[in-house]
Amino acid sequence: MLLFNRDTWQEIFGSIQKNRARTIITVIGVLWGIFIYIALSGAAKGLDNGFEEEFKDVAMNSMFVWAQQTSVPYAGFKTGRAIQLKLENVDLLKSRIPEIQFIAPRIVKGVFGGDPGSIVRGDKSGTYNVYGDYPVLAKIANQKIYEGGRFINQGDIEEARKVCVIGERTQKELFEKAENPIGEFIRIDKVFFKVVGVKKYEENGGGFGDDGDIFIPFATFKKLYNTGDDVGWLAIAAYDNVNVVKVEDKVKKVLKKTHQIAPEDERAIGSFNLGEMFGKITGFSDGLTFLSLVVGIATIIAGVIGIGNILLISVKERTKELGVRRALGATPSEVRGQIILESVFLTMISGVFGIVLGAFVLRGVDAATQDMDIPYANPTVPVAYILGALLIMVVLGTLIGLIPAQRAMSIKPIDALREE
Amino acid sequence: MIKIKGLHKSYRIGKNSLHVLKGINFNVEEGEMVAIMGSSGSGKSTLLNIIGMLDVADEGEYTLDNIEIKDLDETKAAKYRNRFLGFIFQSFNLINYKTALENVELPLYYQKVPRKERQEKATQYLAKVGLTDWIKHLPSELSGGQKQRVAIARAMAAEPKVLLADEPTGALDSTTSNEVMQLIQEINDEGKTILVVTHENDIANMCKRIVQLKDGVIIEDKIVEQVRALAHV
Repeated sequence: MLLFNRDTWQEIFGSIQKNRARTIITVIGVLWGIFIYIALSGAAKGLDNGFEEEFKDVAMNSMFVWAQQTSVPYAGFKTGRAIQLKLENVDLLKSRIPEIQFIAPRIVKGVFGGDPGSIVRGDKSGTYNVYGDYPVLAKIANQKIYEGGRFINQGDIEEARKVCVIGERTQKELFEKAENPIGEFIRIDKVFFKVVGVKKYEENGGGFGDDGDIFIPFATFKKLYNTGDDVGWLAIAAYDNVNVVKVEDKVKKVLKKTHQIAPEDERAIGSFNLGEMFGKITGFSDGLTFLSLVVGIATIIAGVIGIGNILLISVKERTKELGVRRALGATPSEVRGQIILESVFLTMISGVFGIVLGAFVLRGVDAATQDMDIPYANPTVPVAYILGALLIMVVLGTLIGLIPAQRAMSIKPIDALREE
Repeated sequence: MIKIKGLHKSYRIGKNSLHVLKGINFNVEEGEMVAIMGSSGSGKSTLLNIIGMLDVADEGEYTLDNIEIKDLDETKAAKYRNRFLGFIFQSFNLINYKTALENVELPLYYQKVPRKERQEKATQYLAKVGLTDWIKHLPSELSGGQKQRVAIARAMAAEPKVLLADEPTGALDSTTSNEVMQLIQEINDEGKTILVVTHENDIANMCKRIVQLKDGVIIEDKIVEQVRALAHV
């Protein structure tokens, strides 16, 4: 077998070593190509991972909906009417739209122009946003609670318990460092609440949220602030396999109908949909991956073409040598095989060096960006990509090697020998 | 050993056809040493190329060691060349990045002779041409005469039936020429059939038979008294 013959390789090494400058320049061409390919697709993957990291605690196909003021007169109401979402809307939506997996009504004191709650503990005090929540919220946006604590549970709602989950900043500002806040009491707008958990702050993609936020049971909130069945906004998660954009449309349609809003009124119900935003981001990183593939492969092709080019010149240079070989009994297929193998070998060597170099650079960039606040994590290149690149290189190396090999074949030994 | 009957060869140059060989009839027995002479354009190189299977005749029969040589494709020609023929060229045609040893090994490599055996054989043939001390040298480190001796060793290494030499001394001075011819004569003495293409009378006279070519036909074919190269030194 030609490929596993020591002599074959000796022949190839011989002719490669014969012209070092040629070999090195050729190798650099492909090396650069594969390096670009690896570096780009690794970076794209890193960004992809980075984004995924940022959004990992949020259900991707979730949305928020809230009420605003009408902008179209309808059913005898004039324009500019303020709409208020109510608790009963929750059951209505759930029953009308089967695609909804979870729905969490939320309400807050603070944030949207209102005054935040004023919180007192002993001689320490501060103002923090106070949210009224249901436990189901944790299913839509993961609520990380520090050990020993818990989030609001169903019992809290049913009994309207005066318990709260506080943010990490709240803990820092109201408690001593060594103090365990669980079980302690704080005063929220003059009412004592027992702390049951401390929430780890995380960017949740919802756009608002703060490390000082305090969460109390929805039922307690409405008693405390006398908000009745009012709901600030709804957080909704659709099932994984449904398009959240369609759910968003349906939710708005249902809400418009129950609140007697003109169907064409675009302003009365506001909404925001993470799926769409996330789709844009994944679309962006998909695009980046695609771009890096295209650019990388194009660069590899350019490099391999360079190899073909240089081999073509070298075949011309070696016309006489090839003629001698054929006069001595090298069959056309042996000569062709040798030139193709030279091409493939040069391509592979450069490819492997390029992959190693690319891996080092990716590692370096990863280490350098470790402490920076940019979405970039664990830039890896899937093995399939690398194997694919190697396969492309072997195939292209063979194809491109065919050109000089064919050229070598077209030179008759007699003409080759005559050439001085 | 070689039987040639009614050999014709034309080259097309543009619209004109150049009739180079116009019916060659020519036999060579085993152990002969034949000089093929003629001025340039007489067709002597073409004849040698056809005998060497580097070129194909348009018409005529060619038998080498009772094997009819016809319908040659490149692969078949390469195999025949490898097994039956040894070439010695005017410009040596050594591969410049290979050592003397590697050059001599090359035909054996294409014969698929195992590596070790190949090296032994090549070393042996290099010793025969008196280059034992030079086996690791590159052609660029050898003199013209030494290069031609490497080429002769290479031609011999494959143990061919016929040795074809195309102006083997064309690039050498007279002293070196004599040395090379002496070597070729010695090889012939051992019974190898040798064809030498030359335009020098001196060299032709060192063979045992001279075939004169002119305008594509043989005009003279005579047995001569061989002049030993040794006498000239």
